[in-house]
Amino acid sequence: MAECHPVGFQWVMEAKARGAKVFHIDPRFTRTSALADRYLPIRAGTDIVLLGALINHVLTNGLDFREYVLAYTNASTIISEDFRDTEDLDGLFSGYDAEGRKYDPSSWAYEGAEEEAAAGQRREQLEGGAQHAEAAGPHEYGSGGPAMLATPSTDPTLNHPRCVYQILKRHFARYTPEMVAEACGIEPEAFAELAEAITANSGRERTTAWVYSVGWTQHSVGAQYIRAGAILQLLLGNIGRPGGGILALRGHASIQGSSDIPTLFNILPGYLPMPHAHRHEDLDGYLAAAGADTGFWGRKRSYMVSLLKSWWGDAATADNDFRFDHLPRLTGDHGHYTTVLGQIDGTVKGYFVVGENPAVGSSSGRLQRLGLANLDWLVVRDLRLVETATFWKDGPELETGEMRTEDIGTEVFFMPAASHVEKEGTFTNTQRLLQWREKAVDPPGEARSDLWFYYHLGKRIRRRLTDDDIDLPLRELTWDYPEHGEHAEPSAEAVLREINGTGPDGRALSAYTELEPDGSTRCGCWIYCGVYADEVNQAARRKSRHEQGRIAPEWGWAWPANRRVLYNRASADPEGRPWSERKKLVWWDEEKGEWTGHDVPDFEKDKPPHYLPPDEARAEDAISGSTPFIMQADGKGWLYAPAGMADGPLPTHYEPHESPVPNPLYGRRANPCRKVYDRPEVPYNPAGSSRFPYVLTTYRLTEHHTAGGMSRSLPYLAELQPELFCEVSPRLAEELGLVNGGWATIVTTRAAIEARVLVTGRIRPLRLDGRRIEQVGLPYHWGWSGGVATGDVTNDLMPMVLDPNVYIQEGKAATCDVRPGRRPRGQALLELMEEYRRG
Amino acid sequence: MAERVGFFTDTSICIGCKACEVACKEWNDVPDDGFVFRATSYDNTGGLGASTWRHVAFIEQRVPAPGNGGPGGPSGAGELPADSVGPGVETGADGERPGAVVGEPVDRWLMASDVCKHCTHAACLDVCPTGALFRTEFHTVVVQADVCNGCGYCVPACPYGVIGRREDDGRAFKCTMCYDRLRGGLEPACAKACPTDSIQFGPLDELLERAERRVTDLHGQGRTEARLYGADPNDGVGGDGAFFLLMDDPEVYGLPPDPVVTTRDLPAMWGWAAGAALSMAGVMAAAFLRRRR
Amino acid sequence: MVPEAEFRSYYGQPVIKAPVWHVPHMPLYLYLGGLSGGASLMSAAARLAGHDRLGLTARVTAAAGATLGAGFLVAELGRPERFLNMLRIFKPTSPMSVGSWILAAHSGLSALATASAVMSAAPASAVAARLPRRVAAALPAAGDAAAVATALTGPLMATYTAVLVADTAVPAWHEAHRELPFLFAGSALASAGAMGMLATPRAQAGPARVAAAAGAAVELAAGAVIERRLGLVGEPYREGRSGRLMRAARALTAGGGLLATVAGRSRALTALSGLALTAGALCTRFGVLEAGRASAADPKYTVVPQRQRLESGDRASTAAPARSWP
Repeated sequence: MAECHPVGFQWVMEAKARGAKVFHIDPRFTRTSALADRYLPIRAGTDIVLLGALINHVLTNGLDFREYVLAYTNASTIISEDFRDTEDLDGLFSGYDAEGRKYDPSSWAYEGAEEEAAAGQRREQLEGGAQHAEAAGPHEYGSGGPAMLATPSTDPTLNHPRCVYQILKRHFARYTPEMVAEACGIEPEAFAELAEAITANSGRERTTAWVYSVGWTQHSVGAQYIRAGAILQLLLGNIGRPGGGILALRGHASIQGSSDIPTLFNILPGYLPMPHAHRHEDLDGYLAAAGADTGFWGRKRSYMVSLLKSWWGDAATADNDFRFDHLPRLTGDHGHYTTVLGQIDGTVKGYFVVGENPAVGSSSGRLQRLGLANLDWLVVRDLRLVETATFWKDGPELETGEMRTEDIGTEVFFMPAASHVEKEGTFTNTQRLLQWREKAVDPPGEARSDLWFYYHLGKRIRRRLTDDDIDLPLRELTWDYPEHGEHAEPSAEAVLREINGTGPDGRALSAYTELEPDGSTRCGCWIYCGVYADEVNQAARRKSRHEQGRIAPEWGWAWPANRRVLYNRASADPEGRPWSERKKLVWWDEEKGEWTGHDVPDFEKDKPPHYLPPDEARAEDAISGSTPFIMQADGKGWLYAPAGMADGPLPTHYEPHESPVPNPLYGRRANPCRKVYDRPEVPYNPAGSSRFPYVLTTYRLTEHHTAGGMSRSLPYLAELQPELFCEVSPRLAEELGLVNGGWATIVTTRAAIEARVLVTGRIRPLRLDGRRIEQVGLPYHWGWSGGVATGDVTNDLMPMVLDPNVYIQEGKAATCDVRPGRRPRGQALLELMEEYRRG
Repeated sequence: MAERVGFFTDTSICIGCKACEVACKEWNDVPDDGFVFRATSYDNTGGLGASTWRHVAFIEQRVPAPGNGGPGGPSGAGELPADSVGPGVETGADGERPGAVVGEPVDRWLMASDVCKHCTHAACLDVCPTGALFRTEFHTVVVQADVCNGCGYCVPACPYGVIGRREDDGRAFKCTMCYDRLRGGLEPACAKACPTDSIQFGPLDELLERAERRVTDLHGQGRTEARLYGADPNDGVGGDGAFFLLMDDPEVYGLPPDPVVTTRDLPAMWGWAAGAALSMAGVMAAAFLRRRR
Repeated sequence: MVPEAEFRSYYGQPVIKAPVWHVPHMPLYLYLGGLSGGASLMSAAARLAGHDRLGLTARVTAAAGATLGAGFLVAELGRPERFLNMLRIFKPTSPMSVGSWILAAHSGLSALATASAVMSAAPASAVAARLPRRVAAALPAAGDAAAVATALTGPLMATYTAVLVADTAVPAWHEAHRELPFLFAGSALASAGAMGMLATPRAQAGPARVAAAAGAAVELAAGAVIERRLGLVGEPYREGRSGRLMRAARALTAGGGLLATVAGRSRALTALSGLALTAGALCTRFGVLEAGRASAADPKYTVVPQRQRLESGDRASTAAPARSWP
């Protein structure tokens, strides 16, 4: 966190100054480790073993926050008797289809769900696995969970052998400190200290927070890492309470915003699922399949209709399904890596690359470039000519002779982009906080804001439209914003106001609860509704934290409803009283008959704690007064996910796709559902291969920004880390003859790259599986051109292996070989690669 | 003169982000200082100089197990017997680490942002022949770029190796403690940019008090190796306007353990020179006298 | 032999900055300043003692040394066009400021002394003819007065440079601040004596030979004390490139000095002695500069003595009245 989010890390330091104990768990000793109270080295790709062992520690010793767990989680819920755990099936859950490499999740359901579920929901559950496999499934359910029983059968004694609590206990029973030592390389004493600290700092009086970043997500089991963290935090009562939570440090400025108002293929704004071409014929059919009807997600019709009204305005009416048909449709996986393979296959002809540099920043860089070279046209918008825009004239494949400039037909359009200080708009930061930025200076030359680019592109396209029906969606699109300045810059505030939404009177709405399903309201992103409440840009508020309370509600605006802690109903006990004076956040005011507190209560203001939903209740009415997780169908925190995950209802340790050791827990080595490609141009290192004996992990440095587009060209940053380097332990350096400051060549079946050597005791070899495992660390900021600091492309080494839930690449754990000296050039490099591939 | 202001750099909370280095260069328009991979931990800057006015040092160490003379162990403050195990870290004249085993993991990574000390008795200022270096109303020491003629005398005079001459420009440069910002009522750019308040700016007296409290706190936490550096007004430079809380001996950070302002000895030097000059005259006179006899 | 010191450092990097002064500018300036200083002293003594021929040589040498030296000094500056900024202020805490004024006075006086001497030696010259008569008449007296005055500026000229280098944080220089003035003074005498021997008929160069031999003796003695007294800090004077230069200087100076005592007998011996002493003086200046660089480059010389000071409880202080500027 100190390494990649130094500005945010100041608050960790502040917490530390107030007595917080900080643990840091990472394969390498980083700047964060330097400031932590304890550093635990871990083998990359084994965090579920560690988290599972902590869960096991909590369950075995009865250290869970029992009142919280009973009332707020699905611990007592009884699961279908068809369910089989990985303990029963040696690493598989019930419902696995070996041929399709996917699960039918129906046996994971709550008991009784089969009978009671509506037909649509039933079909949805059955199809879940299949959809996951081809369309990054969980977002099918939007930001709520999938449909599930609102009031399943439970056993409050937690003794029923099929209740979630007991299933959890059995599932994690073999995740022991000894297993942590064997799999992760963490000594039992260090584990004990961690386990003691997090349990001692949880409960009524105290909370523990977990902070993670792409070190948890970029794995073929990435989504389950987060699930494991969530389970632990739910058991310890650390969700929805001040100082608790699992905090995702999103990449950089507004990455959070880019999933709220997505640049992802499978969701619409506000996590509404993207309709599928064949399954979702009309709005009703779409809504029936789009997640739960109970909980706040039950109001999805209001969110969707308001979105359609926002986009198609008066043309969207109840009679025409609010122009639901105008929405584009999915036909399958349109994720980044599948798109790249589509480019290679010639099925993808054009490509917009905006503020990204996939030729450097994405796994398997060579494939990225092969794809780019096979396009008809490519638009690159960036601050400078990044490698993605120049690969055709200076890419590494030219040097090896694999590509020749004259053979590349791709027409590249480079559009200079304005930087964040050269345009106005919002950032949505990692804590869901929207902050408005003013423009400080005009962009140089022909550089324009993204907003300008898309708005004027849209205008030009609209001028060329015909009367043909195929152009109707664009003709009817609301595409009219006030313009200002010599370049006719559209008003970003007008866009924000449109996102916020307007009511029948045309005035800005103040809360998503005002959205209606009848088309009388418009809203571009329901979770952002309220950011322009009272016709005021709430994101532009900058009242100092010293002039307001600790929650600082007048600093920017957080979605939803300016709520700073999600699910904060959980900060009070079932009766609505704070768990403790020390940790009070929101509570039920009996006299006034409403929820109140320091934060905006994440609950219906006037729903009393003793409220019990009547039968057949829908939406939030189906949520009882004592269940805080209002987006879930049953209002509970899901220790066990009866649906929604492609690869199982519980996190399970699988080795990375490329691992030097077998799975110490199961016969299954790797995630059975992970996405891999059976194509000759997508090679993998054989598991356990002696050709690739070292664990390879990649990361960022404070000094650079991701693929380097924003930092390598800046002398002040580039001089701080001028060259690509690999970090190796002194022991490995000695074995291989690597010299500090000299050169090394790192090889996988994808590529061989050269890097400077940094020999450091911060990289620790781990003893596991009866041998010493060496790890090699590589930052990935460098590319071959476009800056004062250049270097080989680290991501060229990485495999195209994806998590089955969200299609993120396994960028944090692979295998490699290391050789002293610089890599060969030209043909000799190809020969070296061939040698390694043949084995 | 205004109240004396300064920096208190608390290295125990430095996260090595180098924001100070960048903010300093941005504000003061300091050019880049070369693109060299130094293989000295994460430090590719090397040290302070004409084109580096803030420098973050990175020191990788292995702390012996508790009870083995580690922090809080019997050796106590002032002498932490930690081995620097980063490659290239010299711990002895021969560059070998005594007793260190290859592969021993680093578990302490010290980071510290160095800067001009703005000494109470500043050698650079004393020796500057043109008056280009002067003491400001804030008691800081600043080079006037329009006066400096690049004689280079300040460079070896500084006991901390701070000031340097930019060879392509010819003049000497160093930290000004953002003199222009101070005059505008702003804090220096590095302190402003520091995310963890490792670099604190303010009236020197207040900073000294705060620093003493911080050391007491750290000692209370068992981190007895914490000590202040440059905070003593009776030291060889009369105390620093920019002082530090260090977690190891100063020389580990590249700082002199007991710096002296060279001009302290200047009267003595002139005395010896006068003696030599007189002797010279005497010898010469004798040479002629003897001849006449 | 000093035992190898145990010490810690930051990647073996220097603590202080090495002098940025260039070779050959700086050592040549040091040499020429010493030569000029010694020669002016000789000229004054010659004037008073009536050694006119030797006096002429000394005056010309003093003026040429000062002028050339000033040239090297200006060329050494990062901004030579701002040389006159040296004379913006007079700053006693800065040996370079004091030295600049000494140099200014000394070069002016020695130029005047030389001008007068040259005029007197060539009264019929065209230049002299064009001077107003009153000026021409006053010149010899003014020149003599100037020459005598350089007896004051000359020794300062020769020795202030020792203070100049000693008044730095460079251990090998600063710690040698007692001996360096004598080293430079001896060297200046030897250089001036050598030049006097070389450029004056043997018969009239007797005092020059004495000065050369005596200067060499002083230089050698000062060098020996430096080596003995400084211990570890003096290492650069013994080892490496600077050590080789200092050894060469010692050999040349000793040889030249010995030869000087017998040089009156032969032209060849005179030449040999003069050249050896000149080379010795040059080697001394190059050696001292190089020793300063080596001393700054190795953190050992900075850290070890300071650490020893701390450990012996002899911590540095400026408790003595501050002599800072301003």
